[in-house]
Amino acid sequence: MTTAAYPPTSKKIANAVMLSITGICAFLVVAVLLFILGYLVVNGAKSLNWAFFTKLPAPVGEIGGGLANAIVGSGKMLLIAAALGVPVGLLGGVHLAEFSGSAFASIVRYTTDLLNGVPSIVMGIFVYTLVVVPMHHFSTLAGGIALGIMMIPIALRSTEEFLRGVPQALREGAMSLGASKTQTILTVIIPAALPGIITGIMLNLARVAGETAPLLFTAFSNQYWSPGFDQPSASLPVVIFNYAISPYEDWHRQAWAGGFVLLTAVLLINIVARLILSRRTSLPR
Amino acid sequence: MSTAFKLGDFTKVREERFGDEQRAKEPATFPQFTVKDLNFFYGDFQALHNLDLEVPAEKVTALIGPSGCGKSTFLRILNRMSETVPHTRVTGEVSLGDQDLFSFHPTVLRRRVGMVFQRPNPFPKSIFDNVAYGVRVNGMLPASQMKERVEQSLRRAALWEEVKDKLHVSALSLSGGQQQRLCIARSLAVEPEVLLLDEPCSALDPLATAKIEDLVFELKGLCTIVIVTHNMLQAARVADYVGFFLSGKLIEFEGARKMFMNPGKKQTEDYLTGRFG
Ligand SMILES: Nc1ncnc2c1ncn2[C@@H]1O[C@H](COP(=O)(O)OP(=O)(O)OP(=O)(O)O)[C@@H](O)[C@H]1O
Ligand SMILES: [Mg+2]
Repeated sequence: MTTAAYPPTSKKIANAVMLSITGICAFLVVAVLLFILGYLVVNGAKSLNWAFFTKLPAPVGEIGGGLANAIVGSGKMLLIAAALGVPVGLLGGVHLAEFSGSAFASIVRYTTDLLNGVPSIVMGIFVYTLVVVPMHHFSTLAGGIALGIMMIPIALRSTEEFLRGVPQALREGAMSLGASKTQTILTVIIPAALPGIITGIMLNLARVAGETAPLLFTAFSNQYWSPGFDQPSASLPVVIFNYAISPYEDWHRQAWAGGFVLLTAVLLINIVARLILSRRTSLPR
Repeated sequence: MSTAFKLGDFTKVREERFGDEQRAKEPATFPQFTVKDLNFFYGDFQALHNLDLEVPAEKVTALIGPSGCGKSTFLRILNRMSETVPHTRVTGEVSLGDQDLFSFHPTVLRRRVGMVFQRPNPFPKSIFDNVAYGVRVNGMLPASQMKERVEQSLRRAALWEEVKDKLHVSALSLSGGQQQRLCIARSLAVEPEVLLLDEPCSALDPLATAKIEDLVFELKGLCTIVIVTHNMLQAARVADYVGFFLSGKLIEFEGARKMFMNPGKKQTEDYLTGRFG
């Protein structure tokens, strides 16, 4: 007999089984996303209209109105979150990447991972104690701070990762030309890692945009516009939550529309972030 | 140097360059670096043992020796890049000219003692910004004179003609050989007294290598050059002085002629003729 050109049947069966099981699991993940997307599109898109983006919520019992105040509220809170989370995450990340050997850096890294694991509702209570109690009322500011704190751990670690990815050869190149450590970091390392850093921060913003729990104790909610930053404010996730558990059909409709808008915004941020990352100029080996 | 010269074997190159005794006499110069009883440690591991030598100014000194013998380690002490590696220690004396090397601020020293690495490492910036980088971080020139300096440096690195029409494209779009010449131009732009080259051709093809060798030969009048190389042919082509390292010790340091025609130590001869380990 000649040597078999094909593996024995048992091997083929094992292969087929493996392929199917892993395939099914992979499909499940996609299916869940598609299901959510489809459901939101069907229920949300049909409830969307111009008023949704421009009008305040209608009084209880009346049909119509919109969530303009919640959209603006979410935007303002994300702005504050970015103003807090981005600089702290960025500079902290630079410290972790560039002074990685120190005991202090290890402690910070460990603490950051712990902070990332803190349940978001606990973060809400923490900011409640820190900001809401002294101010005596809920506010946009408190909500933004809660989201900002939630951003920090991941902003820190993603910045660190992208900075570490910059080849040592570039550092040495800059230093051998007489650049100081600070100059090297500012003029070579950070620019080389910038597309990655920006992407990380955008994904992070998209993640906290949907957080509900930390806002319940901080920004709370508001039926009306919230001028400035020191008043309770509506936000998309909280309004979706409130409307979804209400007994009114029209509010359910608006909650679907809100979910659809939030998801679309998050998807858009994701896509732009990936575009930035894929367009980055490749670094030398 | 002609191309035929480049492609010749070691013996031929050696004969052509050093065979004529009269022509080969090099005038003596003052020392650029004076090294006394230098030891270097990575943690507990001693990488360099009791080095004593004088690196002559405005000449090309080649450092040769088998892999792991400490050539790069020695080179990186000369611009104190060695300090960027944690848990290292150096003892002994090194002076640049008549000044203690360790009395400089490292950034000042590195402006005066430039370095080009084994693999080209251009910044992910434009060609122009790469060359201007060192001048900018050292605040050496007003912006109005930058163009001139960039052109001059690129000319000296024999790259100007190839890039003069695309100074603002990314340096990463250049070929490996062009990138390496860009790195040399970048170093030359800060007008260093010394240029350290650590196997600058090992990632390049023979043609690109020939270009860099020509360049090294021409830069001699401009600054002192210390070049690490594994290629004996290259050492024979460009070096005026040669240091032979073995296991962290400097076995022999001689004029190239003496080193290649008539080495003083048996180990050197064995290494040069390939009868080694
Ligand atoms: N960062 C480091 N940490 C610890 N040991 C090191 C380090 N760098 C080099 N060494 C050791 O020091 C010795 C000399 O290394 P060096 O890189 O100077 O050799 P080299 O002569 O340049 O070799 P090659 O020709 O392969 O480049 C080697 O034994 C090496 O293992
Ligand atoms: Mg080496």
